[in-house]
Amino acid sequence: MDKSMTSAAEAVADIHDGASVMIGGFGTAGMPDQLIDALIARGVGDLVVVNNNAGNGETGLAALIKAGRVRKIICSFPRQTDSHHFDAAYRAGKIELELVPQGNLAGRIEAAGAGLGAIFTPTGYGTVLAEGKETREIDGRSYVLEYPIHADFALIKAHRGDRWGNLVYRKTARNFGPIMAMAAKTTIVQVSEIVPLGALDPEVVVTPGIFVQRVVAVPQSAGALA
Amino acid sequence: MSRWSREQMAARVAQDIPEGAYVNLGIGLPTKVADYLPMDREILLQSENGLLGMGPAPAAGEEDWELINAGKQAVTLLTGGCYFHHADSFAMMRGGHIDICVLGAFQVSISGDLANWHTGEPGAIPAVGGAMDLAIGAKETFVIMELLTKQGESKLVEACSYPLTRAALRLARLH
Repeated sequence: MDKSMTSAAEAVADIHDGASVMIGGFGTAGMPDQLIDALIARGVGDLVVVNNNAGNGETGLAALIKAGRVRKIICSFPRQTDSHHFDAAYRAGKIELELVPQGNLAGRIEAAGAGLGAIFTPTGYGTVLAEGKETREIDGRSYVLEYPIHADFALIKAHRGDRWGNLVYRKTARNFGPIMAMAAKTTIVQVSEIVPLGALDPEVVVTPGIFVQRVVAVPQSAGALA
Repeated sequence: MSRWSREQMAARVAQDIPEGAYVNLGIGLPTKVADYLPMDREILLQSENGLLGMGPAPAAGEEDWELINAGKQAVTLLTGGCYFHHADSFAMMRGGHIDICVLGAFQVSISGDLANWHTGEPGAIPAVGGAMDLAIGAKETFVIMELLTKQGESKLVEACSYPLTRAALRLARLH
């Protein structure tokens, strides 16, 4: 079994028009920039993207939106000081937004990965983000029914991986990586280094390799590994 | 009553946080509370992007942009702190494990409704982040805000006119 790929381009070569793509990261921490660059170079569009935000600055998800490849984004916090490419696309009516409270976003992704049919969550109850949704009172507390978020692909950044797909992350770049890896049909991971089997302490592996289909080592910017 | 500065407001809230508390500070004015936590208390700050035991900002030039807080500012990790993924992070928040969250607000009603995520203005791009999870999950919620808007209207209202973050928050204290 060898899930390692020789390049980011090879790793994303079957992502197709109209695909749903989860992209890890909280702002730029954990954003898999090299995989996104390879996806932009592939030229596919009409994508449905799941991310916490809607792009920062000029790189990563912001560049994908700027290139006009995203039809819809499912996220919790699109409006930031440096989200100008999303803002422009949204105001021009070129991108659809599904706004999800952050914990519900995590819960719905986790539910997809865990094979659950839906979750009852207290978050959002009684607000406009729960309008039209089924509710239920359980033990005196009110909940909203929310459905899982599945995806065809997940693009994730981790710190180190091995050829079986076991992963460890770095600091707060971990964020959505472990749950997105579980939820997507095909999970593609960029790491700073692919290490031999056994080099990752099995007690501290964060994502077991069963959730990962492809791993590619990419050059890191100097700052990211300081 | 004399008007408090934002620093005085943050310092006053910090005095109410006890030894041993797990605390989440919202973005903006609540973040300042961290600067005034009493040095003789061990208080652990959680940041919803995935760390517990958040320390102060690093020195200029020492930033690690893979170590940030929910406001995407560079931070540090205290010795003994740890990292975790988003499902664990929101389980801490939604599951009642956080003792206190300190939130900013646009409006709070006398019945405890909270509005702090969206002004509802036409054309405004909505963004909610973790506001609704925080407001619903912590054992206690402290709201820290100016009493008046820039136009001089009270932000403590009969009923919120802005979209709610959650209904009927149990307000612990009102200073």
